[in-house]
Amino acid sequence: MCTYLTEKISVEGSGKGARGWFPLTHATVYVDHPQHAPQEHTLNIDFINPEQGPGARVAVELTEESALALVRAIHDALAAAPPGLASGGGTVRPGGAAVSTAGQPVSS
Amino acid sequence: MSDAMTAGTVTITAGNGDPIEAYLARPTDRPGYGGVVVIHHMPGYDAATKQMVRDFAANGYAALCPNLYSRQAPGASPDDAAAAVRAAGGVADDQLTGDVEGAVRHLKSLEGANGKIGVIGHCSGGRQAFLAACSMQLDAAVDCYGAFVVNDPPASMPATMKPVIGLAPQLSCPLLGLFGAEDSYPAPEETAQLAAELERLGKEYAFHTYEGAGHAFFSVDRPSHRPAAAVDGWQRIFDFFGRHLSA
Repeated sequence: MCTYLTEKISVEGSGKGARGWFPLTHATVYVDHPQHAPQEHTLNIDFINPEQGPGARVAVELTEESALALVRAIHDALAAAPPGLASGGGTVRPGGAAVSTAGQPVSS
Repeated sequence: MSDAMTAGTVTITAGNGDPIEAYLARPTDRPGYGGVVVIHHMPGYDAATKQMVRDFAANGYAALCPNLYSRQAPGASPDDAAAAVRAAGGVADDQLTGDVEGAVRHLKSLEGANGKIGVIGHCSGGRQAFLAACSMQLDAAVDCYGAFVVNDPPASMPATMKPVIGLAPQLSCPLLGLFGAEDSYPAPEETAQLAAELERLGKEYAFHTYEGAGHAFFSVDRPSHRPAAAVDGWQRIFDFFGRHLSA
C-alpha cells in the first residue's frame, strides 16, 4: 500500500547527494514502497534540504531488520563516545548534557 | 501497419491553466485512435510508467501521462520529486482532476484522434482513475488496485486521501477493476463493497480479483509481480479499451 505516513524531524548536519555535499535541514522517515530495494515495503529515510530543491536529498531504503539494527548502532556509537561530543550545540557541559534544538519533531 | 510510433515529453495545459510536463506516445501509422490518460503511481512519473505509455501506443492508442509532480518538483528526477510531494502530503484531488482534464483535452486535440478517451491508474492512481471517471465525461476507466475508494484511510494519513465512493452516482463510463485477492489496500471486502454500490446504481463495471496476487502485481520490477495475473490483466485492459475506445 502507499502509506503516506511520514515522520518528519529537523536535523542539523550535512549529507552527500548526487550534486555533492549540502547542509541538511530535515529528515523524513516512512514505511512505503521502495524505489530501488527489491522489497514490497521498506523503511525509508530521506535526508533533505527543501530550500535547495527536491534533488537535495540523500535517500536510503532499509528492511525493517536493517532499520532497527541502524537505530541500535546509532545509540551504541553515541554511547561509546564522550557525552555531547557530536552535539550540535558545540559546547559540552559538565556532566555531558549539550544544548541543541536539532532532532525535535516538527509538523509534517 | 508498420508499428511506427512517436513518443516524448510535451507540455500540456492543466485544467487550471498551468503548463505541466507530460509524456505522450502515439502511433504514426494509423488514424482514428482512441486516447488513454495514464495516471502515474505515487513513486512518480517514472520509467515504468513511461513504458506503459509506450505500450498503449504500440497497441494503437495515443497515451498521455501528466506529471502530477510538475509544479512541486519541476525538473527533478522522478524519485526525488515523489519524495518531495510525499513529504508534502501527496496530490490533492482537485489538482488531479484538473491535470487529467488537461490531458483529456490534449489527447482530443491530436490529429488522428477519434475523440474517445479512457483513463487508467495503478495503486494511488487506481483511486485517482475512479475519481477522474466520476468527475468528467470519459469513455472507459481502469482501476488497478486503488485503495481508499471505499474505506477511510488510517487517521494519521493526510486529508488528501478521502474515500470517493460517494461520487459513484456520477461515474461517467464503464469501469474495469483489477485487484489481488491477497491485497489489503484494497482488500477484497472493499472492492466487493464498491461492486455492490455500482450494481445498486446500475453502473457498467467488471471486476476481476486474482488469486495468489497481492498489491502491485503488474509491476515487473518488484517482487509483487505475478506474471499470470499481469498477462491476463493486460489482455482484459486491451479488450476493455478496444470495446469502449473504438470510433
